[in-house]
Amino acid sequence: MSSIPISDVVVRKPADYKTDLKPIWCPGCGDFAVLAAIQQSLAALQIDPKDLVIVSGIGCSSRLPGFVESYGLHTVHGRSLPAAQGIKLARPELTVMAVGGDGDYFSIGAGHLPHAFRRDINITCIVMDNEIYGLTKGQTSPTSPHGHVTKSTPMGNPAFPLRPLALALSSGATYVARGFSSQPKQLAELIRKGMEHQGFSFIQAMSPCVTFYDTYKIYKEKVYQIPADHDPHDVAAAMRYAMEADRMPLGLIYQATPAERPAPVEPKAFDTLAYLARYQA
Amino acid sequence: MIQKEDLIIRVAGESGDGSNATGEMLAQAAARSGLHVFTFRTTPAEIKGGPVMFQVRASNNPVRSMGDAVDVMFAFNQEAWDINHTSLAHHPVLLFDPDEFTPPASYTGAAYPVPIGRIALEAGNRRGKNVVAMGVVAAMFGLGLSRLEDIVRAKLGKKVEYLESNLAALQAGIDYAHGLKRTDKLWIEASTEREHYVMTGNQAIVAGALHAGVGFFAGYPITPASDIMEGIASTLPKLGGGYLQAEDEIASIMACVGASYAGKKAMTATSGPGLALMGEAIGLASMAEIPVVVVDAQRGGPSTGLPTKTEQSDLNIAVYGGHGDSPRIVLAPASVAECFSLTVWAFNLAEEYQSPVIILSDYSLSFRTETIAPFDLSRYPVVHRKQPEGEIQPKEYQRYHVNGSYVSPMALPGTPNASYTATGLEHDEFGNPAYTSEFHMMMTEKRWHKLDALKSSRKYVRRFGDPSAKVGIICWGTTAGAGRGAIHLARQEELPLAMLQVEMLSPLPVDAIQEFIDSVEVVLVPEVNYQGQFAKLIQAEMGIRVHSLVQYAGMPFSRLAILRKVHELMEIGEPVVD
Repeated sequence: MSSIPISDVVVRKPADYKTDLKPIWCPGCGDFAVLAAIQQSLAALQIDPKDLVIVSGIGCSSRLPGFVESYGLHTVHGRSLPAAQGIKLARPELTVMAVGGDGDYFSIGAGHLPHAFRRDINITCIVMDNEIYGLTKGQTSPTSPHGHVTKSTPMGNPAFPLRPLALALSSGATYVARGFSSQPKQLAELIRKGMEHQGFSFIQAMSPCVTFYDTYKIYKEKVYQIPADHDPHDVAAAMRYAMEADRMPLGLIYQATPAERPAPVEPKAFDTLAYLARYQA
Repeated sequence: MIQKEDLIIRVAGESGDGSNATGEMLAQAAARSGLHVFTFRTTPAEIKGGPVMFQVRASNNPVRSMGDAVDVMFAFNQEAWDINHTSLAHHPVLLFDPDEFTPPASYTGAAYPVPIGRIALEAGNRRGKNVVAMGVVAAMFGLGLSRLEDIVRAKLGKKVEYLESNLAALQAGIDYAHGLKRTDKLWIEASTEREHYVMTGNQAIVAGALHAGVGFFAGYPITPASDIMEGIASTLPKLGGGYLQAEDEIASIMACVGASYAGKKAMTATSGPGLALMGEAIGLASMAEIPVVVVDAQRGGPSTGLPTKTEQSDLNIAVYGGHGDSPRIVLAPASVAECFSLTVWAFNLAEEYQSPVIILSDYSLSFRTETIAPFDLSRYPVVHRKQPEGEIQPKEYQRYHVNGSYVSPMALPGTPNASYTATGLEHDEFGNPAYTSEFHMMMTEKRWHKLDALKSSRKYVRRFGDPSAKVGIICWGTTAGAGRGAIHLARQEELPLAMLQVEMLSPLPVDAIQEFIDSVEVVLVPEVNYQGQFAKLIQAEMGIRVHSLVQYAGMPFSRLAILRKVHELMEIGEPVVD
């Protein structure tokens, strides 16, 4: 992997966050743009790669940590959030990012999501949502539309899609945003702002799968920019955007000030004998 | 009065009626006076009501099991008698509350009515039944009689008015006992003062983890492991460590994997249902070579099973429960002292071998108290994982470099030029995904070979008993306590008996086990599960036949049950033990 001798570098460019590994994604996959947006955000904040850990689950998008010059933990399906929280709680000085797809975060790992929101630990979570299972070759996902015909739902998807942004708001998330891989400038900005946010930041990055569910055209018709006069501190207004089903609002939907946290405790050596004294008969 | 070698007292009643508190305070007083103590308790799975019992075995010699028959029983009610009378010794003593029930005419042992409720009321302490009972028992049978007041002051003396009424209840109990006309002669008191700790297994695991340098803990409430989490929660954050009550067991182990990847020693504690959920993540720790310690305080299973009863039935899932070829280290403590020492070892092994380590405790060990000699901490050095040394050049660091020891230096985030992605995918020496046969074979061998040295180690077995024994017992976990008790009983009838306690179940220390097997003619493997899981493991690994002795009643083994089987194997009739 390429690496940057810290002492020599004055300014890191997005390209400095690339590794020698070539992404495994299909040409045209939205994840390329998300990767680029992440690298731009890292450069914008001049994050030192040695102090960055990117955690992921399983799926096409979860291979992303290997493509970013950083430490990475590619875990098992759905479990990136608990691993990311473990890293951040163990080493608060590290910058921690959790990435993956809609299967990872909204299906198998969905149980971890509300707890990550309500704990509000300083992690940036980017979900590359393509509304389909790509790596396993095209089964319906928790965000697939109702009636959607896939190999696993040949009669049409009997369920209705989850609304992740609304789940985030109802669980107490303090940074909620939606971007689109075809609007990379805004996406990079939402990620950067999320990284600057001192609590848990959640970015739903719509990222089409060209092979199993090509939604570029659909998204381009559905998306619109959240108007500049939207107050991101207004949770009720945020909820209206989050619940929209026919259209797809893009931008920062909600942001709140994270609660005050107690100052970190300086590590102390453990005195075994003093501790054991409490058990003296 | 005749001083007994050891004495077993059982206080039985209903949850919340003070019987458990009576037993607990008696044990504390006995320990403080210098006696060795081993307690055992059963509780119902529900919060309110249901039968409970608390047993205290006290002796001037070290005690390693709950013992066999009950010498003295205090029955608080009819149900307590119904459940517990079959456990009584040949010449037992029964104390009972005559306002609750009368023992049947068929009972021929010594019996003393003790109307604890009335005595407490007369002493002006309506809620003092437990203190009265404690006073009666100690005044009659010794134990920590001289230390009762200390215990009452320590446990019940927070408010002056409570202290006075409790001391009055205690004295009323003692006076009542002195007024009884005794027909028995049971008595035990400490022959010397002894300095020791009184701890439960779970408390010793917490202390061991803190000593070993745990830096992160995540857990989810489950009986009987919850108080490990609670013990850590009240200490680790103050030391600057990370702590998380997670949303489930999968999150618990994954947070530990993350924290350990980031460089902290991490532990979680659970029981069988939780261990089942952790299976996939333990496989990740195995694959990505990330140290992590998992405590499984076993209880009766499968499924929710018997949440408040003991069993040794998670051996298979601990040793074999991974998908794919996933090596792991499994340790099993037999005593409260070993809960401390094996937890320290577990962290050291996890760090040294960059491997998941599972500690198999069990319900009986989680909650029982034992007196243990103060630890010689110089015997418990602390090990840290190997990290790359010196300055690393760009593109040089290989996280999974295959070397002679098969353990590769592990760089922590923050180390310049050593960034890598740890993955559950098969990988090359840099950690990059690689699925060729060549890499899968190379890395599979790396993951297994690094543990080879443990198979020939002598550190993880303990041999007890007679070198000339024809019958050898092989025990793991808490059954080893009963095994050592069986050796003690066998010695009294001049029957040579030997035992090997195996503290590491995976990888199995085959050389030491082979030596033991070669030294005896017959091998007996007692354990608390239906399948004979350890017997089967030994048969598979060692290629021999063993006699399996199983018990699956939710209770630990007694010494006598093991000795009886030894007699049967040797065809020498029933053991005669009083």
